[in-house]
Amino acid sequence: MSGFARHRRSGRVIANFTGFEADLLRSLASQLVELLRNEAAVPDESQDPFEAMMDFSGPTTAPEDPVLARLFPTAYRDDAEAASEFRRYTEGTLRDGKARAAATIIDGLEEAGLPAELTEDGLMIDVELDEPTAETWMRSFTDVRLALATRLGVEDGDEAYWHGLPDEDPRAQAHDIYEWVGYLQETLVEALTARR
Amino acid sequence: MSAASPVEVEPTTTPDEITFLSKPWVTIVWNDPVNLMSYVTYVFQKYFGYDKRKAEKLMMEVHEDGKSVVSSGTREEMERDVQAMHEYGLWATMDRSE
Repeated sequence: MSGFARHRRSGRVIANFTGFEADLLRSLASQLVELLRNEAAVPDESQDPFEAMMDFSGPTTAPEDPVLARLFPTAYRDDAEAASEFRRYTEGTLRDGKARAAATIIDGLEEAGLPAELTEDGLMIDVELDEPTAETWMRSFTDVRLALATRLGVEDGDEAYWHGLPDEDPRAQAHDIYEWVGYLQETLVEALTARR
Repeated sequence: MSAASPVEVEPTTTPDEITFLSKPWVTIVWNDPVNLMSYVTYVFQKYFGYDKRKAEKLMMEVHEDGKSVVSSGTREEMERDVQAMHEYGLWATMDRSE
């Protein structure tokens, strides 16, 4: 595990993943896409087709799922009406953007040679990203980390608690993955900030 | 074309008030246990075009005080900034300038 680095000569952002790591990243990104498409932000398909077409407004209330509520926070704390309006105009766009960003990770890994089904042992996936794509990955890592942290209930300064859990505790494993994506993101920020 | 004509300036209006009135809304970024300090600094530099020093100062305010006012302007401008912060996964809200 070495994270991201800036290739000195080409200026591109590079990383090498094991097949297992690449598969795990793809799975996290796919789950994010699914979640973003899950709770209706788009018109309900069971509606009459004409009505559905005419219903181009976005949602006006905060999502029920805590992950989605964190990804799309309420913009006005003391003005419910303004908050609804803001949500109506922004949430759909934000959802699409975040789903597209996660799909960029999936595409990037598959273009780098990750097969649909990982069967081969010892497969290495070398990714090479231009700057805008690297920034998209970095942004999407935030969404993945917010999702994992919200599910786990991560709080400030609780590292000792997580590290104290027995290894076989599924939450400990999920937290390890959360920390791993954090490490990847940290190296990605460094690579993007690095002087060329 | 127009030429400047002499205007009577209301002597009770101070420059501070004029600045205040022209930027009636603010974008606030709140602390969360997830976002990396380096990432938040990166976002402030990249999106707002702040230099590293200012971006780090605002990031530390978020980290230590729980929140920071990161930009000010018209309501429309602040809605754009809040939306951009949400795009980056930061927890941002907007409010009238105090």
